[in-house]
Amino acid sequence: MTELSKTQTTLNQPEPTKPPRSQWLDVWDQFKTHKGAMMGGILFILIVAGVYLGPFIWDIDATQIDIRSRNQGPSWAHPFGTDQLGRDLLARMMAGGATSVSVGITAMLLALFLGSFIGVLAGFFKRLDGPLMRLTDLFLALPLLPLLLVMMLLFREPLNAAFGLEQGIFILIVSAIGITSWMPTARIVRGDVLALKEREFVLAARSIGTTNSKLITRHILPNVLSPIMVSATLGIATAIITESALSFLGLGFPPDFPTWGRLLFDGVDYLQQYPERVIWPGLAISLTVLSVNYLGDGLRDALDPRIRGR
Amino acid sequence: MLTFTIRRLVLAVPTLLFISLVIFMLLEFAPGDPMAQVPLTVPPEVKEKMREALGLGQPIHIRFWKWIVQFFWIEPQVLIDYYFGTSFSEGKLRVISWQTRSPVMDIVVQRIPQTLWVVGTAYVVAIIIALPIGIYSAYRQYSWFDQLGTFVSMVGFSVPPFFSGVLVIVIFSVQLGWFPSIYDTTLVVDSWDSFVKQLQQMIMPVMVLALQITAQLSRFMRASMLDNLNQDYVRTARAKGLSEYVVVMVHVLRNSMIPVVTVIALGIPAIFGGAIITEQVFKVNGIGQLLIGAIQANDLPMVQTLTFIFAVLIVLFNLIADVLYGILDPRIRYD
Amino acid sequence: MKVKALLLGAIASTAMAPMAMAERGSDGNVNIIYWQAPSILNPFLSGGTKDGDASAIILEPLARYNQDGELVPFLTTEIPTVSNGGVSEDLTQITWKIAPGIKWSDGSAFTSADVKFTADYCMHPEGGCAQLTKFDGVQSVETPDDMTVVVTFDKPTPFPYGPFVGGESPILQKAQFENCMGAKAPECTAENFGPIGTGPFVVTEFKPNDVITYAANENYRDPNKPAFATVTFKGGGDATAAGRAVMETGEFDYAWNLQLAPEVIAQMQEGGKGTPIAGFGPLVERIMLNQTNPSPDLPEGERSTAKHPHPFLQDPAVYKAMSLAIDRPLLVEIGYGQAGAVTCNWVPAPAAVNSTTFSCDTQDIAGANKLLDDAGIVDTNGDGVREKDGVPLKVVYQTSTNAVRQDFQALIKEWWSQIGIETELRNINASVFFGGDPGSPDTFQKFYADVEMYANTFNGTDPQSYLGNGICDKAPRPETQWQGENISRFCNEEFDALHAELTQTADADKRAEIARRLNDIMVENGGMIPLVHRGRLSAHANTLGGVVLNVWDSEMWNIADWHRKTGS
Repeated sequence: MTELSKTQTTLNQPEPTKPPRSQWLDVWDQFKTHKGAMMGGILFILIVAGVYLGPFIWDIDATQIDIRSRNQGPSWAHPFGTDQLGRDLLARMMAGGATSVSVGITAMLLALFLGSFIGVLAGFFKRLDGPLMRLTDLFLALPLLPLLLVMMLLFREPLNAAFGLEQGIFILIVSAIGITSWMPTARIVRGDVLALKEREFVLAARSIGTTNSKLITRHILPNVLSPIMVSATLGIATAIITESALSFLGLGFPPDFPTWGRLLFDGVDYLQQYPERVIWPGLAISLTVLSVNYLGDGLRDALDPRIRGR
Repeated sequence: MLTFTIRRLVLAVPTLLFISLVIFMLLEFAPGDPMAQVPLTVPPEVKEKMREALGLGQPIHIRFWKWIVQFFWIEPQVLIDYYFGTSFSEGKLRVISWQTRSPVMDIVVQRIPQTLWVVGTAYVVAIIIALPIGIYSAYRQYSWFDQLGTFVSMVGFSVPPFFSGVLVIVIFSVQLGWFPSIYDTTLVVDSWDSFVKQLQQMIMPVMVLALQITAQLSRFMRASMLDNLNQDYVRTARAKGLSEYVVVMVHVLRNSMIPVVTVIALGIPAIFGGAIITEQVFKVNGIGQLLIGAIQANDLPMVQTLTFIFAVLIVLFNLIADVLYGILDPRIRYD
Repeated sequence: MKVKALLLGAIASTAMAPMAMAERGSDGNVNIIYWQAPSILNPFLSGGTKDGDASAIILEPLARYNQDGELVPFLTTEIPTVSNGGVSEDLTQITWKIAPGIKWSDGSAFTSADVKFTADYCMHPEGGCAQLTKFDGVQSVETPDDMTVVVTFDKPTPFPYGPFVGGESPILQKAQFENCMGAKAPECTAENFGPIGTGPFVVTEFKPNDVITYAANENYRDPNKPAFATVTFKGGGDATAAGRAVMETGEFDYAWNLQLAPEVIAQMQEGGKGTPIAGFGPLVERIMLNQTNPSPDLPEGERSTAKHPHPFLQDPAVYKAMSLAIDRPLLVEIGYGQAGAVTCNWVPAPAAVNSTTFSCDTQDIAGANKLLDDAGIVDTNGDGVREKDGVPLKVVYQTSTNAVRQDFQALIKEWWSQIGIETELRNINASVFFGGDPGSPDTFQKFYADVEMYANTFNGTDPQSYLGNGICDKAPRPETQWQGENISRFCNEEFDALHAELTQTADADKRAEIARRLNDIMVENGGMIPLVHRGRLSAHANTLGGVVLNVWDSEMWNIADWHRKTGS
């Protein structure tokens, strides 16, 4: 693809007047002009900063119980109000966000990596297609809950011993979500690769002796980027929500770790009395997903040389 | 393509047997006890006797073999008996659920209509809405329509059904009183009135489910259309003087369908699998609710049978998707 | 018609008797919602409350408990006692006299043969009967004539009201179930899904794990009852939705067991369509204290067994301080509201066995700290956690996953941190926690934690076997495949001897006194920290009359008397 775009640039400019620019600078230039992407990016940075740096400014402990001031609405002492045990909701949102954002992004990246890897391999190499796709079928068919129970049984104690309670469970949950959600990405990527590898430019690249690995990284992968980006944005939302489902089934973080998903779940019963309890976590999840979505849109456009040229 | 299909169908048999073995081992290995929901007032000796009565005392391989025989040999006989009035299966032990002590397949057959009505309708509605949204959003990228579509679908996708479901119940059932909050599975649609009732009780679960599916489908449709709209062949088609409608709806759409077909094919087994949380929230006692109930009660024969049926559907629909790829893009060859 | 007189008496005492007896079936349909769906209508094949309640609409025992825990005859003329000659002097025999004129819903006569058959059915060694304990010690069931049943026990049984009494032990029809004995029990799908009974309703359609529809029993003994022509019994969903359907939208008439935060119940009640009702049985939410060492450093098989006593939980100063630090009234207020009460006892009900020895309704952090200081358990290394003999007071606190329990965990962790005890919380999926899988480290029997919280209760009004849960050799251990009811591995000679005495005692007052002492020994010696006496909270529509919440028997015990209130 890059060859292609370079040729185009050369064609448009008969005499190079400026020194050649790096490809990534071009990408950044294109990215900057994408308003949605910039807004998404800023919002995402704000959210990440809020949940990780926020606790240094707003230093109430998320698990601190103040039973006298329970079920309060927003006030200066508690801008987001308090929950049924008098815990400060702002602090809980920050602590929950730190967990949810890191679980969401890590699990999404893991699922994305697994899915793209298996999808590309299966689509590109005919001999691997059968076994890998049957493996995908197997994973699609496995019932999630018993699988998680088995994983908890096998790996919880060793991971806790090796990484400590919090880290151990984090790894367990991220891998649980990751290895149970890569299959759609794999199927989608494979479908696209099957079509792509019959295209002329792949044939052309192959005929000039491009190795398979080069072919995949330089020609195939950039062209399946858009479904991967969509999977990524949907994947974050799925991971955050799956985590909440895990905690309410008793398979997630210990009960004193708030997460956005769990805050939302706990708040649903109080929907009528204290609607803000569901609004804050709901809004936070939606905003994160939206920001990642716009970020992904912008990134995809910026990486597409056909659009970049315009 | 035909030889490919036949070869894949033949290969599906060992694949499915292997999947069923893996599922069986997984369930066997998972901690849990069919007596977990029996109250603590029942002493452990009695629970042990109850477990033995369920056949839990037997070794694993015998139980797996029993299940295979019951599912692949006896259940088809029951089906034949049902249709032709024969009596092949008489006196033979079918796959029996541990919770209800009744044949699993009878319950599955009882549940399928609810799931198909609600989840199936939601899927159809979602496909009908999502494809045009995806196509138009891509065609007019970054127009207000596209921005609105993006916003609504992303928010819709990031709000889990355990929240959106309760929200619509509180608004439409509690506050406005328009729709029932609990799905009536005994309702028989035989008149205009009962049909209206059925529609009323379906609206909310269908709405909640369709929102999720629409969000997902329209995003993939849009992304795939965008990829294709800038391709050289589109320019060629336009240069040939084809109308814009033909260019977009015939040439671009056909080439953009591959990821969408994949997503839809992945979704159809899910229709039969039901939507676990949505069914639970609206008390649509379909397959999803049956599965989660069986998992919680550790009703292994039920879980095994249900997951195996899903596995069959997954393998089947992924095969159909593969065949469709070949039709959509004749360059894709499997043999 | 003594039965009817007694029944009427029971209803009149609740001041809800309809003035004019309505005609059978005149009040249309009644909608009941249980958030757990019934799977089977044969209570002998399932121990679940949901299944028992759904079948209690059809099947009846010889006698039931009423809302005060007193026995009321249902299918018999009277309750046999020693004084009326129904129970033999040596306490080994009880004779039931069946009331005349009772018919099964198919029109055939109800006889003593059916009663005897029911005993045989449940006591069949291959049947896997869930209510086998009801028939504990039964040597034989004789039927001298069609109207008499004589149950003989193998030893003096001071409380002979196990078999055929209460919602868990109803009578099955012999003609229907004759071919369903033992190993064949699970194959009888049609029978298990549509038992013929003597109760007010018969099944018209049963969709397992979903919905049941019933119609009034044409052959019910009282020609004017039931008032409703049909019943719809819907299962599934969650407690919130069930409560909402009764109290806010009015779609349903009765919702079972609404374990919801008090504020949520209050909010629903504002909907104005229904009323919550609460009743108290012996259900107690408690923290069990592990008497043995659950440390993961111990080899598998020795962890949480009597080989290694717990390093600090057996110290009276520690467990008393832990109990003192808990603000029980607050727990009740937050978690259970009107469906909870403070208790310091293991057996808070029936009233006769509720001990008054302890008082625990005020939190005393300072007192708890002083107790620990005086015992020499102090923080020696300045990390905020006390040490006993060099072992820091760090506890793992596990329970099943459930919103209220997680709130309790958070609160108690906070209080214990104020007395220098560090707590690690863990919550476990209920089906694993309460499951008896010996391969899982997370079951409540295995107790691989220092303390754990759950609730337990007993059926009927006699606590003898429940108190037996404290006997030393009932401790779960590897040799018993980790089965056993003595979860805290409590071991006290005085307790065991006193319990043996209880099994020999017939006099009711004396029995109650022993029961209270057993309760005191358990609590005083730190087998458990009782937290909340939990009631059952159900809700009924304001238009539904005749509901009497009964925690000693099935909640559906008097569905024959339910009726539609007019003018409300």
